[in-house]
Amino acid sequence: MTRHAQLAKTFLTCRDAAVHHDHTFWHVRENRDHMAQAVPEWEQLRSLASDIKAHTLSHIDTYLEQFEARATSNGVYVHWARDAREYCETVLHLLKEKDVTKVVKSKSMLTEECQLNPFLEAADIEVVETDLGERILQLMKLPPSHIVMPAIHIKKEDVGKCFEKMLGTEKGNADPTYLTYAARQHLRHHFLTAGAGLTGANFAVAQTGDIVVCTNEGNADMSTSIPPLHIVSMGIEKLIPDLESMAVFHRLLARQGTGQPTTTFTSHFHRPRPGCEMHVILVDNGRSQILSRKDHWQTLKCIRCGACMNTCPVYRRSGGYSYSYFIPGPIGINLGMLRDARKHAGNLSACTLCQSCDCVCPVKVDLSQQIYLWRQELDTLGLANRQKKIMSQGMQLVFNHPRVYSGALRFAPVINKLPRRLTGVRINTWAMAHEMPQFATKSFHELWKEGNL
Amino acid sequence: MNIGLFIPCYVDALYPQVGVLTYRLLRKLLPESHIDYPLEQTCCGQPMGNAGFQKLSNGLVEKYDKLFSAFDYVVSPSASCAAYVRTFYPLTYRHPCKAASHTMDLVEFLHDVVRPASLPARFPYTVSLHNSCHGVRELGLSSPSEKVVERYSKMRSLLSLVSDIHIVEPERPDECCGFGGMFSIEEPHVSACMGMDKLERHIQTGADFITGPDSSCLMHLQGLAMKSGKQIQFKHIVEILTAF
Ligand code: SF4
Repeated sequence: MTRHAQLAKTFLTCRDAAVHHDHTFWHVRENRDHMAQAVPEWEQLRSLASDIKAHTLSHIDTYLEQFEARATSNGVYVHWARDAREYCETVLHLLKEKDVTKVVKSKSMLTEECQLNPFLEAADIEVVETDLGERILQLMKLPPSHIVMPAIHIKKEDVGKCFEKMLGTEKGNADPTYLTYAARQHLRHHFLTAGAGLTGANFAVAQTGDIVVCTNEGNADMSTSIPPLHIVSMGIEKLIPDLESMAVFHRLLARQGTGQPTTTFTSHFHRPRPGCEMHVILVDNGRSQILSRKDHWQTLKCIRCGACMNTCPVYRRSGGYSYSYFIPGPIGINLGMLRDARKHAGNLSACTLCQSCDCVCPVKVDLSQQIYLWRQELDTLGLANRQKKIMSQGMQLVFNHPRVYSGALRFAPVINKLPRRLTGVRINTWAMAHEMPQFATKSFHELWKEGNL
Repeated sequence: MNIGLFIPCYVDALYPQVGVLTYRLLRKLLPESHIDYPLEQTCCGQPMGNAGFQKLSNGLVEKYDKLFSAFDYVVSPSASCAAYVRTFYPLTYRHPCKAASHTMDLVEFLHDVVRPASLPARFPYTVSLHNSCHGVRELGLSSPSEKVVERYSKMRSLLSLVSDIHIVEPERPDECCGFGGMFSIEEPHVSACMGMDKLERHIQTGADFITGPDSSCLMHLQGLAMKSGKQIQFKHIVEILTAF
């Protein structure tokens, strides 16, 4: 079994939690469906969004320069980072320059990708996540299990216990309203005392230099309204041409991600607050490499809405931690392979090729086809499963030789007569949950040849 | 009309009656047509492709092209195999050919090309539709639940021609059942969990039978049903369209 299959097995042994996980995310999928069905031009919007992304990515050099020029003329400092290391160092440098010892941070998958938090912590800078889910995970020292709802797999009782210890809440109180209030109080203190606010970017508008951040908690706005320094971290693929394009994505993002018509807060950051500084770091970290791969560049269209996870029947039944890459689900399988194929090949089995992800994706990333193509590369990478290779070679032999094939057909029914001890052997994982199908006494082939139809 | 029958390997070996009934139904509905079954056919290559060994099945694609290029239509009673041929041959094998583009699953062939106004079939049972993924999302046998398009189901339309039938659909009507070929071997636990969930939803409809255009999904569900002692029965859609 692959790494994913093994961890999925463990996940499924806790039946109640597994059912809960499946129902929770299916519910998000249903909410998304209701929202989508209420927009008659939905499929048109998806095509448009896909086209806009394809256009921007294929003119990325021009748009990046346009963005840089606009943002700079708005008074924003723009930095470029080739990889994770350069990125982390840039952030640290900016913080040191201003003697910052504590930062408040809104959700950003890029910082997770580049492992910014441990880097800053090693330099004695306190990092406080301000998205409630992210904060819970940070206090529990756990990674996210979903990109939009990172802590949804955690039970409120466990949050209660964690807050008791870390924030001094009442013993045994797991009331979500109470706990949220406690978190709010606790975060407020940090908003007031942090030296810098870090945000990601959902979109960056080349025409205007806007950084667009979408949240439901307003925490990005809190993180940027008090500290004197605002640092934006964004992958270069977040760029879109203009505000008209933004309107298309705005209609899609929240409907797709959480089943809301819009996120509660959609903030456009144009320029620094008076007397303050705003910096944008444009991060490549492998993206221009991906852009050059004809089979995989489409992953760069992704707007991280999370819908492909919610609809994925395998993700819902195996959980975020069963994947080795920090982004799970269909897009995570692909991004993991692009990051480090050897390390993340164990996720490739987590797909039935049902294509539900392809049909929900707001920007039409060809997720399942890319997974299929990655599977084809495993043998060349020396990572193919031996059993599968032998089976496939066997099939090649039988199927390419009609005479061998008809011979095999004639003898197949013998298998029916084997004792179940033999057909149900351990290596035959199918037999763990299934009765074996029975071979027909006469195949269609034979019936046709007999003219007996 | 010249029709080539493509009876994929596992149907050939495990469910030959599905092939036989397909032939008989086409014979009856299209008495003027010539229906042939090229004997050299074996498999479409999908099991190898899904396992990551598409390169080992290149020969099968060329052979398919050779065997079926002369037909007006190639009809197969297996949506997943038909979908693989029609979509993957041009796309990932980069072998576009007439044989592939003229390949149709039996349901869509009946619904779109033959268009029977009535069928002399009777099936006085409650039947739950199994919308298999490739049928829905590659061939468009029904409207995918993810998309904002007009709702339709070619399976339902055809089955409505059968007398006394009661057609139902499970909750989450086109969620994957977890077969996925090699997937069921490589990810046995997730696969079984998906299958059992699907089975339960079919059973909850109160149906006597589960039917679909793919014997592979049905084989998976039937294997699970038998092992767990569930009573519900299984029929390929052609078995119902020809029942009396
Ligand atoms: S791949 Fe598509 S569905 Fe998945 S997170 Fe990205 S945009 Fe959303």
